[in-house]
Amino acid sequence: MDSDDDLRPEEMLPLSQRPEWSDVVPIPQDDGPNPVVPIAYKPEFEETMNYFRAIYLSDERSPRALQLTHLVILLNPGNYTVWHFRRLVLEALNADLDEELDYVARIAKKNTKNYQIWHHRRWVAEKLGTNAMAKELQFTRKILSLDAKNYHAWSHRQWVLQALGGWEDELDYCGQLLQDDVFNNSAWNQRYFVITRSPLLGGLKSMRESEVKYTVEAILANPENESPWRYLRGLYKGDSQSWINDLQVSSVCLKVLNSKTNYIFALSVLLDLLCDGFQANQEFIDAVTALRTSNADPLDTDLAKAVCSVLEHVDPIRVNYWTYRKSNLPVSA
Amino acid sequence: MDSVESSDQRRATVSQREQWMVQDQVFQIYDIFANIPHKTRTLMLELQRDNHIEYLTRGLKQLSSSFVVLDANRPWLCYWILHSIALLGESIDYELENNVIDFLKHCQDPNGGYGGGPGQMPHLATTYAAVNSLITLGGRRALSSINRGKLYAFLRGMKDPSGAFRMHDAGEIDVRACYTAISVASILNILDDELIKGVGNYILSCQTYEGGIAGEPGSEAHGGYTFCGLAAMILINEANRLDLAGLLDWVVFRQGVECGFQGRTNKLVDGCYSFWQGGVFALLKGLHSVDGEHVALSDAEEGDSATDGTSEGEDGNSLETDETCHIKQGVGDGEMAPLFHSVALQQYIILCSQEQEGGFRDKPGKARDYYHTCYCLSGLSVCQYSQSKDEHSPPLPRAVLGPYSNLLEPVHPLYNVVLKQYQEAHEFFSSQSTS
Repeated sequence: MDSDDDLRPEEMLPLSQRPEWSDVVPIPQDDGPNPVVPIAYKPEFEETMNYFRAIYLSDERSPRALQLTHLVILLNPGNYTVWHFRRLVLEALNADLDEELDYVARIAKKNTKNYQIWHHRRWVAEKLGTNAMAKELQFTRKILSLDAKNYHAWSHRQWVLQALGGWEDELDYCGQLLQDDVFNNSAWNQRYFVITRSPLLGGLKSMRESEVKYTVEAILANPENESPWRYLRGLYKGDSQSWINDLQVSSVCLKVLNSKTNYIFALSVLLDLLCDGFQANQEFIDAVTALRTSNADPLDTDLAKAVCSVLEHVDPIRVNYWTYRKSNLPVSA
Repeated sequence: MDSVESSDQRRATVSQREQWMVQDQVFQIYDIFANIPHKTRTLMLELQRDNHIEYLTRGLKQLSSSFVVLDANRPWLCYWILHSIALLGESIDYELENNVIDFLKHCQDPNGGYGGGPGQMPHLATTYAAVNSLITLGGRRALSSINRGKLYAFLRGMKDPSGAFRMHDAGEIDVRACYTAISVASILNILDDELIKGVGNYILSCQTYEGGIAGEPGSEAHGGYTFCGLAAMILINEANRLDLAGLLDWVVFRQGVECGFQGRTNKLVDGCYSFWQGGVFALLKGLHSVDGEHVALSDAEEGDSATDGTSEGEDGNSLETDETCHIKQGVGDGEMAPLFHSVALQQYIILCSQEQEGGFRDKPGKARDYYHTCYCLSGLSVCQYSQSKDEHSPPLPRAVLGPYSNLLEPVHPLYNVVLKQYQEAHEFFSSQSTS
């Protein structure tokens, strides 16, 4: 792992030649006589692990043990046993946890998608409490600036907000990310998280009006973008009456249908509306009729069926799904 | 509030640029495929069985030093390799089999569960991998090497007061942990009310407004967690608490123009989701079975009146022949054709994920690995059997893209082990008492 050289002590004598480790008897790995999936460990890896096993088994929670966990982590940051032991040592030594956060940040540079690092970071931040809040929001922001969809970073950020606070700027932050990339579904998901869970906002219902406006704008700018369509449905979760009665929902569908391009999601949402009891007027029937690919097909008298038929043609990869939906329409739709 | 401008008015976003790059690469492959002689085309669709077996067996015997990053995942390496070999209908020789059993014994913790390697703490994910590996090998020696009593104690120890599970002692809580715990307990016949209690509530709280399931409450809907969450809910008989229509609508939209599946909305296609997302369809199909036994596979009816023909896709890059684009109308409950595009997915797996020299990859341009090999083959198997009436009748040739010799062994989708290995294990453990 040459890339981690900057984290390695300058002069790296083998552990077996260092006086401070002379009292420790390294313990080799017991792989059995004929192991499978054997890894051709380099001598340095093997030696470091042998010393680690000795310290782990004797449960030595000392400064040198802490240093040793660092060496093991450099060699394999996915070793959860080492991270776990490191936490035991940190606790025993009453170590400076702010420093530990910086340490995790250095390791995370090369390993942003590793479960262990994020779990460790959450443990440290939890110990530090609200003092860690600003640092954690900044840290995740930095990771997300490099990879705006990093799943672990988002989970961590949500945990920080819920456990430590810092909701004030979160909706703006989501807005910024969506302005950079409106196709970033993680940012849409975070936006939903904020409007439904932030103690500073009034919850889904009170946010709905402004959010629908925002979402409709996003849809009309890029009707082929699935994220705002799903978000729009989410804004009416558990309130199907508002969902079918809010003219903003049906009219965004109609606008996109009438544009005759990128209308698959509009049809799909219209189908859901119809299944939920939406009463479509002639405008909708005309819009759907205009999308029929072939005049040879008889027009379904039922609008929901007609929507499915159009989808079967224009969305061939999901043809079986649309056929299934067509044969499972509620009686009233 | 910031207004969102049209992408026409500004340069393309990161998501768009990345998507277009991948899409172009995939379409190039499909273009080449569409324009070569029929005979060569058949060759391109062939599963490179010998090369896959060679690649897999080699890994079982020796791995290079670059694998140290997976040194805490060695039971996973066993499972990915052994399950792939089993899917291909092959087995390993007696000696190697003994070595696997022996090695996994060294990974088994004296207090129950399996660690990522000898001497490592027991971990739920590697426990799942070790148990599935041993079930894949089958036979009394492999199956009886699992200490079920201790394993049950380990599972209880990982149970959080919330009902969810932790990956390891003081480890992270998520839907993966719930699935691996429940899957292992179910297949070993040690699943009881104490293990089940509360886990359904946790998984339910992870279903998002999009319809899919996230790793933790509030996170983004994701293919891997959706499989894990749904499978766990089925195993504890609580699947109907989920919004299944919403889940289906979400997962059906994860199959994209590349013909493969993406893991999340507006993310890139990846061969491993052939199983995580494709497997969800197999699970949903199983739910429609009429006999109420949740482990029963589907009784979907073959669309035997289907007109086999060539239908043109949206663009010239699309499928050569599209034989799944027809299902029987008016079929009853549990008699549905696959709700995803099985032939299209097979095309992505074979033409874009398969490496001719053996192994499978995420997407063109990426390197092969054992993880993707396992989940591409698992997904391929799910596709091939997606329209079969039941597990006993082999699929019709048109359900299998490429030569019929591409046909793999069927899997039990709840556990992702080869079906007949599941049956052997089920029989073996059902005769043993619960914990």
